[in-house]
Amino acid sequence: MKNFFISRLLQAIPTLFVIATLTFFMTRFAPGGPFDSDKAIPEEIKIKLQSHFGLNLPLFDQYLLYMKNLLAGDLGPSFKYVGWDVSELIQLAFPVSLSLGVSALLIALLIGLPAGMLAALRKNTWWDYLPMGIAMVGICLPSFVLGPILIMVFATKLKLLPALGWYSWTDLILPSLTLGLFYAAYVARLTRAGMLETLKQDYVRTARAKGASPGRVLVKHAMRGGLLPVVTYLGPAFAGLVSGSFIIESIFFIPGLGKFFVTAAFNRDYTVVLGTVLFYATLIIILNLLVDFLQAWLDPKAREQR
Amino acid sequence: MAGSESEGAAMSTKAGASLTRDAWIRLRSNRMALVSLILLALVVAFSFIGPLFCEYQYDEQNLDEQFLGPSKQHWFGTDSLGRDLFARTSYGGRISLAVGLLATSVSLLIGVTYGMVAGYVGGKTDAFLMRMVDILYSLPFTIFVILLMVLFGRNFLLLFLAIGAVEWLTMARITRAQTLNLKRAEFIESARALGFSHARILFHHILPNLLGPIIVYATLTVPAVMLLEAALSFLGLGVQAPMASWGSLIKEGAEKMDIAPWLILFPGLFFCLSLFCLNFIGDGLRDALDPKSSKD
Repeated sequence: MKNFFISRLLQAIPTLFVIATLTFFMTRFAPGGPFDSDKAIPEEIKIKLQSHFGLNLPLFDQYLLYMKNLLAGDLGPSFKYVGWDVSELIQLAFPVSLSLGVSALLIALLIGLPAGMLAALRKNTWWDYLPMGIAMVGICLPSFVLGPILIMVFATKLKLLPALGWYSWTDLILPSLTLGLFYAAYVARLTRAGMLETLKQDYVRTARAKGASPGRVLVKHAMRGGLLPVVTYLGPAFAGLVSGSFIIESIFFIPGLGKFFVTAAFNRDYTVVLGTVLFYATLIIILNLLVDFLQAWLDPKAREQR
Repeated sequence: MAGSESEGAAMSTKAGASLTRDAWIRLRSNRMALVSLILLALVVAFSFIGPLFCEYQYDEQNLDEQFLGPSKQHWFGTDSLGRDLFARTSYGGRISLAVGLLATSVSLLIGVTYGMVAGYVGGKTDAFLMRMVDILYSLPFTIFVILLMVLFGRNFLLLFLAIGAVEWLTMARITRAQTLNLKRAEFIESARALGFSHARILFHHILPNLLGPIIVYATLTVPAVMLLEAALSFLGLGVQAPMASWGSLIKEGAEKMDIAPWLILFPGLFFCLSLFCLNFIGDGLRDALDPKSSKD
């Protein structure tokens, strides 16, 4: 078990190396550069800027330099935000994206899990059909349709919540609902399927037969196995929440890391692009490892295999 | 497991029609899937035959007729440049569906080949190839698509190549698992004994037996791809004006929602309806072609 996680952690290193290399050359081979703006910069200044950031070196030397700095944990300076380091920019923007992602995930679990369990326990009644029907609609309603609709209803018409911006905690409600409802729908479907499967198992019947209360059967016996599909789904869900937050940030004008990333890519701000990609990749690798951990804890079979 | 697979495969060569008919009967009894099939056919018809019933071109601007609501003249209303929304929604549908189909084909081509090779060769090659898939799985791949689209311009060809390159991972996993099972079947053994080349065994003997799961998963990939394309177009990275896809129309609609709600209503409705139908058809096909598999 311990070995498994150590080997997984070690595997992350070549993965990150490949990502860094791929992204580095992808950004460099793209047309345009960080100092080709609409306003013409005098040629001497441009050359000076390029030599300041080491852009005049041969490409491969630049790559080696970047990797060397990366090993020391230095993501380099931003080309566009003068005087800012990439890590400072991430520190500034990531908490915004994080609070959005965490609250969306909470919404997904707080709505999805109970709805799915209810549907499984009251199978083929209205307690099943209604939540599952809504869940199906939720899955087919993309965030960029749902978001504008929520803005129109709750901000423009009812004037209950702010529509755009990032000033107080109320600004968090609509974006995280928009992002979270899709995952709530998916989690509900997975929970229902997982619970139905487990409730059929012999050990659940045994638990019932020995006289455990329905609540105890649900919490102590069925839930552990029934939630496995949901836990497995959390891995892809994290990746989805990250890219999903790009769209949400663009709909609601939220100054998160996603918006920084897209702007940086447009500006050819190489170091910011690379830094953000590596940051997200590391984050997702760690989260996936946590998911594996949870999975092994919930599923004795998976534990033995390792 | 391997035994039942080979039995099924043997049956399908002998009485292939009955297996397909069985599946068709199961699919027909699934009312949601059937309704979805009909609705999807209508959406496709609207996208491809729709322009015949409309006297406007999708990019025909008429600045005297900005933001007109739905009327007899403009069934779906007009947009900020006075373009007819019926024509644009129909055109956008063609683009969205085309991207969905083409990108799915790309992902099928990569995923099936990759999975078949991994499963067929087996051993260390298989372990390495699948480890790669595991690693790629855990990456925020959409970020790469966004990056590609920003860096290399909004090229239509690149759009579905990039999307297809992202969506092949699950396909590779499914194909590999199936190939592993098939590899041990007697008819593959006998093909090998007859001295057929690996390529022949792969494409003539294994591939046809993979078609069921491939079709099912492809049906479920199309909506995922359409969603990704729409998301890119929404970010302004997908198709470029005056071309339109449902995603870019929804983006325009969302911006003008306060004054012209029909601009988001119609493209949004068609888009969500297509996703809805495709998901239900995929689920239905899965139940019909492989009754054993669980729903998840």
